[in-house]
Amino acid sequence: MRVLHDIHGGIHPPERKGLSQPGKLASLGLPPRLVIPLRQHLGAPAVPVVAPGDTVLGGQLLAEANGVMSVPVHAPTSGTVRAIESRPIAHASGLEDICIEIETDGLDQWVALTGTPQWQECEPAALAERVRDAGIAGMGGAGFPTAVKLTPGPKRPIELLLINGTECEPYITADDTLMQCFADQLIEGAAILAHILGAGAILIGIEDNKPEAIARVQAAVTKAGASIEVASFPTKYPSGGEKQVIEILTGQQVPSGGIPADIGIVCLNPGTAVAVREAIVDGKPLTHRIVTLTGEALSQPCNTLACLGTPIGYLLQSTGWTSEAQQRVIHGGPMMGFAVSNLAAPITKITNCLLAPTEAELPLPEEPRPCIRCGHCAEACPASLLPQQLYWYARAKDQEQLAEHRLFDCIECGACAYVCPSQIPLVQYYRAAKGQIRDSEQERARSDNSRARFEAREKRVAEEAAAREEKRAARKAAAQQQADNGGVDPVQAAIARAKAKKAQQDAQQ
Amino acid sequence: MSLLRVTSPHASGLKKVSQVMRDVLLATIPGILVMTWFFGPGTLINLILGGSVALAVEYGVMALRGRDPRVAISDLSVLVTATLLCIALPPYAPWWLIVIGVLTAVLLGKQVFGGLGYNPFNPAMVGYVVLLISFPVQMSSWAVPRELGAVPGIAEALQRVFLPGSIDALTGATPLDLLRQNTGLLFDDLMKTRPELSGWAGVGWFEVNLAFLAGGLWLLYRRVFTWHAPIAMLATLALCALMGFDGGSSQSGGSALFHLFSGASMFAAFFIITDPVSSAVSNRGRLIFGALIGLLVYLIRVLGNYPDAVAFAVLILNFCAPFIDHYTQPTVYGTRKQTP
Repeated sequence: MRVLHDIHGGIHPPERKGLSQPGKLASLGLPPRLVIPLRQHLGAPAVPVVAPGDTVLGGQLLAEANGVMSVPVHAPTSGTVRAIESRPIAHASGLEDICIEIETDGLDQWVALTGTPQWQECEPAALAERVRDAGIAGMGGAGFPTAVKLTPGPKRPIELLLINGTECEPYITADDTLMQCFADQLIEGAAILAHILGAGAILIGIEDNKPEAIARVQAAVTKAGASIEVASFPTKYPSGGEKQVIEILTGQQVPSGGIPADIGIVCLNPGTAVAVREAIVDGKPLTHRIVTLTGEALSQPCNTLACLGTPIGYLLQSTGWTSEAQQRVIHGGPMMGFAVSNLAAPITKITNCLLAPTEAELPLPEEPRPCIRCGHCAEACPASLLPQQLYWYARAKDQEQLAEHRLFDCIECGACAYVCPSQIPLVQYYRAAKGQIRDSEQERARSDNSRARFEAREKRVAEEAAAREEKRAARKAAAQQQADNGGVDPVQAAIARAKAKKAQQDAQQ
Repeated sequence: MSLLRVTSPHASGLKKVSQVMRDVLLATIPGILVMTWFFGPGTLINLILGGSVALAVEYGVMALRGRDPRVAISDLSVLVTATLLCIALPPYAPWWLIVIGVLTAVLLGKQVFGGLGYNPFNPAMVGYVVLLISFPVQMSSWAVPRELGAVPGIAEALQRVFLPGSIDALTGATPLDLLRQNTGLLFDDLMKTRPELSGWAGVGWFEVNLAFLAGGLWLLYRRVFTWHAPIAMLATLALCALMGFDGGSSQSGGSALFHLFSGASMFAAFFIITDPVSSAVSNRGRLIFGALIGLLVYLIRVLGNYPDAVAFAVLILNFCAPFIDHYTQPTVYGTRKQTP
């Protein structure tokens, strides 16, 4: 048995995971239109390679990656490209972004896929490239391009591949369902990832509130005869945070400001592992994902394998949504998800859950009251921060103290705000403060840059002037020296030569 | 239908400020009942008078400040302040003492700094100390417990409060006073000689402390505060008493049991120094905060001139709290030295 390490803080909110019946996949049909954003990942948006009017097949490339921090986008089914334009996307700030709209034809015809079942014989670098070409970005929520994670460089040797099946947020059961339905694929995907990384050990961590998933994955490991360890640990939010799950399972902490690869660990979501297996073994790009549709405003909460680009409204209506006068639709879970502001916005590679709660189920926060410094937030903070002090300094815009109290080690899990008896939206204060600090850092960098350029120009101008002056002085000195030494003035000599020449010419005439 | 735009987290725990305050108020009930049993209805009169004045003042000030006074009242914090102060004031204190104390606590202790959450000092202790310095005679006349004299009825109690001086009331020295005034007797002899000191830590006082201990433990169980500050204070107080016991000589500082269960020890440990607003914030900080209060309480009791030491010790440590905070920041995730 693996020795488990407890993390500081954490909370136990009602889990409500049974609502969406984990382990079963409901079919909700093909939406008439898909809206596929060019950026479903962290990094630069993909560049379209199709035009409106083109007919496309499932699996066909729609937009190609733009640089290293980018992944391509593929068509989830066959149809016709209707538009490439700005559309509302699922974004915390309700932004729009460029999307490709596809009118589906219902035939679901696919391009021919060529897989590599014998991946063991392939070079890791080539496989990592295939992962990028399949458009895979972290499916746990951040959307970090997986190929980048798979190439940490020679300075960061990877010993451990950690598959993070914690899924600690209440309500969400997408990973639970995936691990139950695709356990074999998960095992093979993990093996491929370990091959690419050169990682000697594979560890799959699952919270103990998912006994079926643990059993299925364990059975799949046994069946495959793989040397993969499956570890379960007590349920607590936010154990599924990357840093938290690493500490729980290894006792190590990711250094502040660093990444897990710094301590020889790469941590990936099980959905990502299954997507990698499909990309390598089947040659199938990432076009679908499991989404939990839940909340008491839905009469048939469920998990479904949905096309990327399916409008949120379509999914909610397909699950018996009765909306309240003031409805919250949350993208992600109740702790870290954001409220969707437009139902036409599509789901993306990072959409693990859509939550439509009733007001009675998740009451809206009351008017915040003053902080009484009770310290419950500090007890709940998984990063051992002092949230009440950060709140104080965030309100005072005291950037020095915010840095001193390590604001940037906050993972925005929301545990502090959850326990706050004054109902202060603490996370919102921290996000705003982080934004302000980044702004002022950029501002400082810009002004530093301008000053450096100005100073460089001043220096160059002065140097040029000095060089000119030096040259003139040198010429003058040379002339003087010649006049002094030889007694012959070069000017006078030239004049004399010219006169002599002229006199000679005159004489010839 | 409109889509609501709110930020995460979308769920919240169940405990609200008003519930925390209500728990604190409920937890004082055993102590108040025991006080009433031993010293008569004086504390109850303190509470009713002080509570009403506090509510009125808070309401008025919040209205003047342009805030919704009902919201401020509904968090019950001003009632907690008034309750803690009124428990600490002598039963049958003249009405104006209560009024001045509550006004000082709410206005000078809390509202001048911006109300709930902004006060650097414990408001109840600010009120107490101002009274103690200004009206030492009234503040040191403590009622005689039931077993040593008649406990006044309601009518007599009201007369003593509202017509001070009209009755020649019976007051006596508290166990802490007796100990400080002792010059010639061995500690054990003192405890045996004085009827006020029969039992473990004085008639009535032991039971009162026990009742506040019970209330405090219930608050701990309800997770209203952590154990750090109270336990640190009581442990330090006991340790100091052990070291200063001096074998029970006539110079003895008193036994550990005596110090733990006399005066305001338990009340302070669980109801005064656990005020989150004016204490240190981290658990480590609260250990230091509590321990230093315990040390000061002992020193002031044994070497100082005041009947009890809690108020001064708490105010002094309120001063120090930001300083303690600065040096007790917890080790943030990812900043500890890696163990290979």
